[in-house]
Amino acid sequence: MSNTSLMSGSNTPTKLNFKWVTPTLYIVFLLLPIYWLVNMSFKTNQEILSTFTLFPDNPTLHNYAVILTDPSWYNGYINSMIYVALNTVITLSVALPAAYAFSRYRFLGDKHLFFWLLTNRMAPPAVFALPFFQLYSSFGLIDTHIAVALAHCLFSVPLAVWILEGFMSGIPKEIDETAYIDGYSFPKFFVKIFMPLASSGIGVTAFFCFMFSWVELLLARTLTVTDAKPITATMTRTVSASGLDWGVLAAAGVLTIIPGALVIYFVRNYIAKGFALGRV
Amino acid sequence: MFELKNISKKVGDGYHIRDVSLRLEKGSLNVLLGPTLSGKTTLMRLMAGLDKPTEGDIIFNGESVLGVPVQKRNIAMVYQQFINYPAMTVYENIASPMRISGLSKSDIDKKVRSAAELMKLSEFLDRTPLNLSGGQQQRTALARALVKGAELVLLDEPLANLDYKLREELRVELPRLFAETGAVLVYATTEPHEALLLGGNTATLSEGRITQFGKSISVHNNPVDLSTAQIFSDPPMNMLNVKKSNGEIEFEGEKASLPQELVSLPDGNYKVGVRPHHIQLVKPSEDTLTVTAKIATTEITGSESFIHIEKSDYQWVALTHGVHRVDIGETVPVYLNPSDFFFFDGHDKLVASPARLQGENN
Repeated sequence: MSNTSLMSGSNTPTKLNFKWVTPTLYIVFLLLPIYWLVNMSFKTNQEILSTFTLFPDNPTLHNYAVILTDPSWYNGYINSMIYVALNTVITLSVALPAAYAFSRYRFLGDKHLFFWLLTNRMAPPAVFALPFFQLYSSFGLIDTHIAVALAHCLFSVPLAVWILEGFMSGIPKEIDETAYIDGYSFPKFFVKIFMPLASSGIGVTAFFCFMFSWVELLLARTLTVTDAKPITATMTRTVSASGLDWGVLAAAGVLTIIPGALVIYFVRNYIAKGFALGRV
Repeated sequence: MFELKNISKKVGDGYHIRDVSLRLEKGSLNVLLGPTLSGKTTLMRLMAGLDKPTEGDIIFNGESVLGVPVQKRNIAMVYQQFINYPAMTVYENIASPMRISGLSKSDIDKKVRSAAELMKLSEFLDRTPLNLSGGQQQRTALARALVKGAELVLLDEPLANLDYKLREELRVELPRLFAETGAVLVYATTEPHEALLLGGNTATLSEGRITQFGKSISVHNNPVDLSTAQIFSDPPMNMLNVKKSNGEIEFEGEKASLPQELVSLPDGNYKVGVRPHHIQLVKPSEDTLTVTAKIATTEITGSESFIHIEKSDYQWVALTHGVHRVDIGETVPVYLNPSDFFFFDGHDKLVASPARLQGENN
């Protein structure tokens, strides 16, 4: 019904309704690449290369089967998850006390230190690829998960401190004092009283650590060979003798998006505050 | 007994607290009265041990507690903002200090329930504080302070953020509840009438100094100096400069004879303070100083009227009962009875307060 009025819109200007245009364009532009990726992942290479179809002619799960059965593929996911988890845990355990100190205490040079945390983020990761490679080689850490996790900490710790500091500064200092007056020791107060209050901030910070580490390619590829090779690196090395395996690559892409989408879903209500570094 | 000995707190170049000495008895109610920024909260933080004084000593039960960490001092504190542990239920909030001190589960349960009963929180024990009204949140904080059985209880404007009715209720209950525990109770407020309603002792604070400490009513009736009188008066005390000679005072050309008790004051210039309810708009039978002044504004609260009047450079507030219909800009005579006057000398020290009060409290 509304369609008919739209079709004849040019003749009856009073009935014009363009409300649908913006959301439609928005969704088309945002989802087109993802749609294309998902579409491809269910097609055969033959179909991808030969015809133009908006929906697979012969939907197949073959591409996913390849990834989930071939160790060189699924190990990539496992490796990525291990170092992402390591990175998140290390970052949080370092950043929580640091952020608390920045939010609660005044000390010599605190503002400068706080700002300097960000200087590492001002250089592209490529700058650090060489020193990291050389450093880890000397310690025999190349091709281990911890190597990648530590390298990523250089970027995620400063960001985590900034985000957590913002969230923590929103918690009144009087709560700390009340806890001390009630008799809580500092560690007990921090774990039992303070961390539950900062939980949304901790969630958002974990998300940012995850996101950075999950999508970062350059350092992860430089520091690994085979044992800890991340999925993003695997995806860039799929040119085989038979040419590019389009379908499998698309399926790998879809599987790589899923964890990120899941994590975003859980922190969706706090994410804007996270992007504002907790300062809202 | 809790004693502050010449406590000072210096921040940067300025003093937030300067040379404060106080002796507070067990089971006593002590009001810290002063305007904002007078140092009430700073002083309380020093008493609690949250901050360290720059100079001086704090004695509790005969021993210095300066080196004792907050956790080890047996104190409780309630802030003006409603401070609770938002992640815990009301029950856990009240139980928290006892959990730390390691009381048995059944003891904790008994104490939490009786405190909740007193604070009318029984039906909210399973909620979290942020799901309660402001009054209930503050009662949770008060209940937590109550169950601890602390020897020093510090209440920093605990009722300031509550609505009128609740404030009245709690103001009556609070001193009674804490008196039963035998604790030294310190209560900070900016409102003079609150200090009077609570009773007990009052210490008036001005710019980080204690100007006077004593029974609330006697501090109110016989303030030692001008700043104490100003702190302990709301609306502010009305000031006028008078010249005394022989048995008379003169103000802006108007003269009035002094009551017999005041004739012996040395001749000279005095600052005189008059409480707002002593400025009268209806001519009383006694002999008064009559001043013609201009009405600036009026505020009518229902049962009382605040009438702001101007006379040359002086601005006064008169508090009158009932609703007075006066026109703004009108010039009216106001009547001041010299026996209601507080006389301050050139150093702002009190030399005479209303004679009839002198007889009652001294």
